[in-house]
Amino acid sequence: MSDTRLRRFEWAPVRGVWRRELALFGRYWTSTSFASIVEPTIYLLAFGFGFGSLVGHVAGYRYVDFVGTGVVASAALFTSVFPGMFNTYIRRTYQHSYDAVLAAPVDVHEVVAGEASWIAVKSGLFSCTPVLVALAFGLRPGPGVLVVPVFTTVTAAGFALFGIWASTVVPSINSFDYVISGVLTPLFLVAGTFFPVGGLPGWARMAAQVNPLYHCVELVRHAVFGFRPLADLGHLGALVLFAALMWALAVRGMRRRLID
Amino acid sequence: MAITLRDVVKRYSDRDGTQIAAVDGLTLEVPAGMCLGLLGPNGAGKSTTMRLLTAQSRADEGTIRVLGHDIPSEAKQARALMGVVPQTDNLDEELTVRQNLEVFARLYRVPRAGLREAVDRALEIAQLTGRAEARAVNLSGGMRRRLLVARGLVHSPRLVLLDEPTVGLDPQVRADLWGLIAGLRADGVTVLMSTHYIEEAERLADACALMSHGRVIANGTPAELIAEHAGDRVEEHEGPPDRLAEIEGLARRAGLPTRRTGPTVSVLRAERIPPSLGEALTNGHRVVRRAANLEDVFVVLTGETVE
Ligand SMILES: Nc1ncnc2c1ncn2[C@@H]1O[C@H](COP(=O)(O)OP(=O)(O)O)[C@@H](O)[C@H]1O
Ligand SMILES: [Mg+2]
Repeated sequence: MSDTRLRRFEWAPVRGVWRRELALFGRYWTSTSFASIVEPTIYLLAFGFGFGSLVGHVAGYRYVDFVGTGVVASAALFTSVFPGMFNTYIRRTYQHSYDAVLAAPVDVHEVVAGEASWIAVKSGLFSCTPVLVALAFGLRPGPGVLVVPVFTTVTAAGFALFGIWASTVVPSINSFDYVISGVLTPLFLVAGTFFPVGGLPGWARMAAQVNPLYHCVELVRHAVFGFRPLADLGHLGALVLFAALMWALAVRGMRRRLID
Repeated sequence: MAITLRDVVKRYSDRDGTQIAAVDGLTLEVPAGMCLGLLGPNGAGKSTTMRLLTAQSRADEGTIRVLGHDIPSEAKQARALMGVVPQTDNLDEELTVRQNLEVFARLYRVPRAGLREAVDRALEIAQLTGRAEARAVNLSGGMRRRLLVARGLVHSPRLVLLDEPTVGLDPQVRADLWGLIAGLRADGVTVLMSTHYIEEAERLADACALMSHGRVIANGTPAELIAEHAGDRVEEHEGPPDRLAEIEGLARRAGLPTRRTGPTVSVLRAERIPPSLGEALTNGHRVVRRAANLEDVFVVLTGETVE
C-alpha cells in the first residue's frame, strides 16, 4: 500500500463501520421500523386517550400533543443507549471485532466515532416517528418540526456514547441492569415526557436540569410549538456538552479496554 | 530489517497484583523477504509479541521498529503496511464472506477503483470464491481460518504477521494453509509466523527463533539450530526405568545430551558415540536411529516440550 501519511482522525474507519452496519440494516430494517412506529402509537393510545381523557391539557398543550412530542426524546434515549451498551459490549468481549479492526490502520477514537455516529443518525431519524404518529392523532406542528432530527441526533449521540462508556465500565453483561434501573429509568421519568417537570418538588426540578433527556424534551416541544430562542440555545448547549463529555469518557474507556 | 525488537519487556499484573513478564527482554530481527518462525510452547509470549508489533499492547521497556516506523508512535502508519492474522478468530459472523473482505479492504484504504479486484483476489486466496455470499457464521472451521488469513492479505501487504495460523485445524486443512503460506514466501512477502508446531516451523520457515518465557533463546535456520544444539543423529533407547537411567548416566559422562520422552530416552549427537560406548548403551536391546530435529533442540535448551 502507499505510504501516504495517515492523519490522526481518518474517515475510512468510520466508513468501514457504516459499511458493516448498512449491510446488516438491510436485513433488520423492517423490524426496526415496525417497533419505531408501533411503540409510540401504543404510548399515544394509552396515555393520550387513557390519561388524556382525565387531564385534557397540560402546561398549555393538549395532552396527546404533550406526550406525542415527549416520547420523541425517550425514543432517542432508548434506541441509542441500548445499542451503545449491548452491541459494543458484545462486539468487544465475545466477537473480538475491535481487536480485528485495531490491527488495521484504525485507532480507538475512530472506532468510537464510527459506532456512535451510526447509532446517532439511525436513532436520530427513527425517534422522529412519534411526531408522524401524533400527526394522525391531530398534532399540528409549526415549521420548527423540520429541525427535530437535529436535536434527536445530538441527544442520541450523547446517549450512544454514554452506552459505549458504560460498556467499558461494567464487569459483565448482567451488570447493565444496574445502569438501566439506576440511571436510565430515573432519567426517563424525570424528563417531562409524561408530566411537566414544573410540578415536581424543587430538588427534582434541579435534577431535571442535569438530565440531558429533559433538555431534549424541551427542545423538541419548542421546535414543534414555537422556539424560545434563549432557553433553547441553553438546552442545545447542554446536549452538546453532554455528548462532548461522553465522547471523552467513551474513548478513554475503550482505550483502556482494548489497548493493554 | 522489516522488524526490529530490542530488549522489549511487557509486564501484566495478575488479579492478585503480582506482575508477570509476558515478554521479558526480547530481541529479534526479521530481515525483509524472510519467513521467520517464532517457535515456542503455549505461554511463551508469542501472541503478546504480535500485539506489541501492532501497538495493541504497549511495551514497558525496549524499542520496536516495523518497516521503518517507530512503534507505538507511528504504529498507524506501520499497520497500514502490514497484514495481521490473529490467533483468535474474530471474523464478523453476521457479514458474508465478501462483506468481511470489503470492510477490511476499506479499512486498509484500498482505492475504490481496485476494491473489487482486491476482494476477488482475496476470495481466490481463501478458495472461497464459490462461497462469497455465504455468511461467515455458516463456514466450516477450515474455511473460517482461510478467510481470516485472506482478510489480512486483502491489501497485498509486504509484511504479514501470522499468529499460530493452523492451531486446532485438522491435517488436511493445515496442509492447505501451509500451501498458502509457502506461496506468500515464494512471492517475497516478509512473514513472521508464530507456532508451537515443530513441523510447521521446519517446513515453512527460512529461519526460526526459539522462544521461551518471553525471550528468544536461540535462532538460526532449522539446519543450523539442529547442528549446533542436537548434532546430526539421535538414538532412542527403550526399556525399564533403571535401564533408562543407566543410559542417561553413560551418555552424560561421554558429554552427550539426552532427553526423556515417556518410555524412551534419546541420546543426541549420536554420531559422536564411540563404538565401545555404543555397545554398552545398546546392550542387545532395540535402538531406533533417526535424524535430529528442532524438537530435540528445544528440549535440550529449555527442558520444555513443544509438539
Ligand atoms: N492481557 C493479559 N493479562 C494478563 N496476562 C497475560 C495477558 N496476555 C498474556 N498474558 C500472559 O502472558 C504470557 C504469554 O502469553 P501469550 O503471549 O499469549 O503466549 P503464547 O502466544 O506464546 O501462547 C502468558 O503467561 C499469559 O497468561
Ligand atoms: Mg498465542
